[in-house]
Amino acid sequence: MNTLATTRRILTQLRHDHRTVALMVLLPSVLLVLLRYVFDSEQAFSRAAPALLGVFPFAIMFIVTSITTLRERLTATLERLMTMPIGKLDLLLGYALAFGLVAVVQVAVAATVALTWLGLEIEGSVALLVLIAVLDALLGMALGLFASAFARTEFQAVQFMPAIVMPQVLLCGLFVPRDEMATALNWISDALPLSYAVDALTQVTRSSEVDGTLVRNLLVIAGCALAALLLGAATLRRRTP
Amino acid sequence: MTIQRMANSVAVSVDGLRVVRGGREVVRGVAFEVPSGTVTGLLGPSGCGKTTLLRAVVGVQVVAGGTVTVLGHPAGSAVLRDRIGYSTQSPSVYADLTVRENLRYFASVLKAPASDVDRVVDEVGLKGQADQLVNTLSGGERGRASLAVALLGRPELIVLDEPTVGLDPVLREELWNLFHDLADRGAALLVSSHVMDEAARCDRLLLMRDGELLADDTPQALRERTGSPDLEQAFLALVRGTA
Repeated sequence: MNTLATTRRILTQLRHDHRTVALMVLLPSVLLVLLRYVFDSEQAFSRAAPALLGVFPFAIMFIVTSITTLRERLTATLERLMTMPIGKLDLLLGYALAFGLVAVVQVAVAATVALTWLGLEIEGSVALLVLIAVLDALLGMALGLFASAFARTEFQAVQFMPAIVMPQVLLCGLFVPRDEMATALNWISDALPLSYAVDALTQVTRSSEVDGTLVRNLLVIAGCALAALLLGAATLRRRTP
Repeated sequence: MTIQRMANSVAVSVDGLRVVRGGREVVRGVAFEVPSGTVTGLLGPSGCGKTTLLRAVVGVQVVAGGTVTVLGHPAGSAVLRDRIGYSTQSPSVYADLTVRENLRYFASVLKAPASDVDRVVDEVGLKGQADQLVNTLSGGERGRASLAVALLGRPELIVLDEPTVGLDPVLREELWNLFHDLADRGAALLVSSHVMDEAARCDRLLLMRDGELLADDTPQALRERTGSPDLEQAFLALVRGTA
């Protein structure tokens, strides 16, 4: 009940901010278009695009949520809410639901642009591709919520993006296949959730088979997103020093 | 007479409260009571620990010692969360929502009736601005929007941190009348201010300095005790007396 009230409140805030909505919905698509013409070849684009269909929403959602929740902490609205009958998880799930809905729109637009205009061809199901990309966005959102607990200022929060997102992008198999990396890097890569997302996206591109590995990868992404949300709830305190 | 009758029940009871922030003891063994049906003013210079004390009463402050009992429960208890209205010093409303959207959200969190939104907009005199985005309001209007949230759901204890800062005299007068109306209906109000000329408007006064209470009395009794008709002078007399 309070979760839905919070979701409605956040979506109303977004509705008043047209520029942010436009950026969130269109940015991944614009970047994919740019990538398509940088490669200047449909085959090269088709190899990289599925992974980026997950990476772009992941990064954008991370930064948007970490700033929004930090702002909530800094403007005393959080302090006020903490005196009211609202659960900490209510608040975070409210955020998750609101930004999850935005992520669905963002990914749907980007996937449509990539599959129709940019000539992306995938073997697996489009629905599954969209599902994985939305899970990626949710993962970015949950990590952003969690990271915001460790930022004291918006300036710090912005810099968590390169600190937390970039290493995952470098090690997720986008630039070099994960099994070709040095052993130590491969291990780190195994420990980072985005790697599983890119593995899953690559698999959907290459085959229509839904096997155990794919299901496991999806569970890892969803599990990490949930864990980050719960950790985020644990960082919210009703009493502060 | 009404005040006398209501004053029987104690809304807030604080004893031996100590708060340490940043290695410094900012509230040093404070004890006082706030009766229902009255407006209690918490007066003192900026930085004397007023905000910290109010945060302890609403249960969001980590305390080092002492007890704070609110409406018969330890401060911060879950059962108190829809019985207290609290407004922080800086306006705690969403700047990118309209006044009405803010109130609708907080009302649904508090499970207050939807009709409460119009009532509190009216009470704080923001009828004409209800559908305006908060970030287009003046500082004083923002403060009143934040105050309106604290009035949702008819709370039994209303804690307001500097609610009249930056308001013109007419509005200030109106708000103090509102505070007394709310007290007459039985609520306990604990209102902080660093402006001594607001002290005369309170039923009871808590004078605070350097984390300690210098006085806990009615304005009239303070004037008599210090022999000065002016409360600012009375405060100074108390400060010199303890120095």
